[in-house]
Amino acid sequence: MTKTVYLDNSATTRCFPEVVELMDRILLEEYGNPSSMHHKGVEAEKRIREAGQILADILHCKRSNLYFTSCGTESDNLAIIGAARAAARTGHHLITTKIEHPAVLETMKYLEGEGFEVTYLPVDAEGKVSPADVEEAVREDTILVSVMHTNNEIGTVEPIEEIGAAIKRKNPATLFHVDAVQGFGKARILPGKMHIDLLSASGHKIHAPKGMGLLYVRDGVRLRSILFGGGQQGGLRSGTENTAGIAGMALAAKMLYDHLEEDREMLYGLKEQFLRELEGTEGIHVNGPAGREGAPHVISLSFDGVRSEVLLHALEEKGIYVSAGSACSSNRPHVSGTLTEIGVPKEHLDSTIRFSTSVMNTPEDMTAAADALKELLPFLRKYTRH
Amino acid sequence: MRYQAFLIKYAEIGIKGKNRGIFEEKLVSQMKIALKRCEGKFSVARTSGRVFVYCDGEYDYEEVTQNLQEVFGIVGICPIRILPVCEIGELKKAAAEFFGEEYPDRAHTFKVHCRRLSKNYPLDSMGVNAEVGEAILEAYPEATVDVHEPEIQLNIEIRERIYLYSHILEGPGGLPIGTAGKAMLLLSGGIDSPVAGYMCAKRGLKLDAVYYNAPPYTSERALQKVIDLASKVARYTGPIYLHNINFTKIQLYIYEKCPHDELTIIMRRFMMRIAETIAKRTACDALITGESLGQVASQTTRSLAVTNEVCTLPVFRPLIAFDKEEIIHISKKIDTFETSILPYEDCCTIFVAKHPVTKPVADVIRRHERNLDEKIDELVQEALETDEILIVDRDGSRVFKHREDPLEKGM
Repeated sequence: MTKTVYLDNSATTRCFPEVVELMDRILLEEYGNPSSMHHKGVEAEKRIREAGQILADILHCKRSNLYFTSCGTESDNLAIIGAARAAARTGHHLITTKIEHPAVLETMKYLEGEGFEVTYLPVDAEGKVSPADVEEAVREDTILVSVMHTNNEIGTVEPIEEIGAAIKRKNPATLFHVDAVQGFGKARILPGKMHIDLLSASGHKIHAPKGMGLLYVRDGVRLRSILFGGGQQGGLRSGTENTAGIAGMALAAKMLYDHLEEDREMLYGLKEQFLRELEGTEGIHVNGPAGREGAPHVISLSFDGVRSEVLLHALEEKGIYVSAGSACSSNRPHVSGTLTEIGVPKEHLDSTIRFSTSVMNTPEDMTAAADALKELLPFLRKYTRH
Repeated sequence: MRYQAFLIKYAEIGIKGKNRGIFEEKLVSQMKIALKRCEGKFSVARTSGRVFVYCDGEYDYEEVTQNLQEVFGIVGICPIRILPVCEIGELKKAAAEFFGEEYPDRAHTFKVHCRRLSKNYPLDSMGVNAEVGEAILEAYPEATVDVHEPEIQLNIEIRERIYLYSHILEGPGGLPIGTAGKAMLLLSGGIDSPVAGYMCAKRGLKLDAVYYNAPPYTSERALQKVIDLASKVARYTGPIYLHNINFTKIQLYIYEKCPHDELTIIMRRFMMRIAETIAKRTACDALITGESLGQVASQTTRSLAVTNEVCTLPVFRPLIAFDKEEIIHISKKIDTFETSILPYEDCCTIFVAKHPVTKPVADVIRRHERNLDEKIDELVQEALETDEILIVDRDGSRVFKHREDPLEKGM
């Protein structure tokens, strides 16, 4: 059996064994409902409190600013719909970008159906949103601006702090939501400093399990709930807390943020090594920002004359797992919003592969992937449809 | 329970002369398999030229009728209420009540049709018809009698017990699975081939299937899609032995050696050859394809002739004269449509030329195939050895190790 080289970490990650171990203990022994009066309940509540503190320390906020949800998508939905409904009496305008994840774009579309007005801002050739554009678009009745921290398809890191400042300059009442599902665990994100009012993150992108989301809500921000029930988490997010998932996500985040700088350095190293090894191989184009401008863990490449689906499966035969375009839209081919928006030529849309790394990858992985590409590309280019 | 039995109608089987017994037996055994899936106790009986399902105790009506509606050979299913033999007064009351329950709006024209199999009932059939008809009219003044073209016929059969029935649920028709032998279906993952398989199975054929995958050009999901399609067809046919063949090397070799506009036709000839080899090995007496005249370049009359000439077994093409719309209609009916349109590449479309030949000349194709002489036998042999057999039933699949041995059992 060939060694598995997993380069699809922006789709999801492998859990840290330490996270699984902790969750195992909680699921088997500390399985109480955090709302229960008895010891088992207290024990579970304590786990959640500890986890909240860890995450609050990472984000430089208070525990009370954090809400646990079931996924990044839920966090985005709660932030955007919750804010829109809470402010519906005074405003009816929202702003986002054309390259957001469907969890944001589809939510915006839903709100358009509810009568809200949405402005979709363009991005430049590297996928960047201009703070000036944002400032210009903000109006008196703008409820919220939603901009992603790191793009999932090409790794663009948006100028969040500048955008935040621009929004508040124009209209201090406008809320700033940041979808940080790809950025959390990969970059230092400080909501207070960056003028962020709402921030979404997800567990399974940072080596915690699927089924965990996080939402930061700045003090004083009013949200309407979108789930109704037992009134947990201050009534904003009813439903029994996922104690094991929450503790697991906090531990994973801590493990990442304890070595953030070294890890970023390591990931940039892998990215640079990979691109260096591919230098001189013909017909490869890098999408998105060059060098250290972009995120350390996302590499988007287009290959002349090769269909991404075929290349993906050919790499798979060698034990290398990657994504075609963006995994989240892979069952609807040809609709990669980001690639189209940054002006990737038509013939490359169907020839783009995303390699995404994590702290679990090694230089050997990158060499294996580069070698495989060098071997496969000439072979695959020999057989084409015409 | 509202019904204690079902009368099974099976028009075509009735006319099979001396073979009738064999057909009925197959029908009964297929019904028993269907009923095994249902919660409850059932018995199937052939009596005086009819097949009945008796329900002993509680059962789920929807479940039973749905499962029976997947048994080929059944034309109609009539839910029956059974009463002990009783006096006419009581029968009138029960029949009127049954009528009211079956047709809650009651404003229909109707007729009562009685058959007496035990002739010792005091009233004759005509008498029963008149009495019961009167009772229904009395109970529901909005109903009217029409003995010539009634909307509703209420049937009463007086046997060792009295059977009341009226509604007929449509069955799938056709002939019981297995009465027409076994054939090999070329299953691609498109809309047509599952429908072709279904239609042949409906005429009593048991199905095996062959699928050609071409990694890395086709994906694991494409195979899963084909398994899902086979599994939907298996609701009607029982478990399907699906042969999964790796076709990549043959395909690339043809690409290298033959004119590209003939690629599809030559590829299809090899698919037919391999399918036939497996078919013969597995006791299939025919091949089935989803081809439909003129649909694509490889399905012109000339192309079909050129493809056909490599086989000695008959090739059944039940969709040959169907329009796409008609095929889609059936695929929706058998619930394969939504799966068929999932966008995974199948191996026929990978290298398809912009303008493939529509009028291939057999001689020319044969000559070009000779370009493959050096390695093709070896590659075909190799492909045959990749054969992985998946036994696909209605719930999914189990993988069988390799070819040959499973073929004796379980067919």
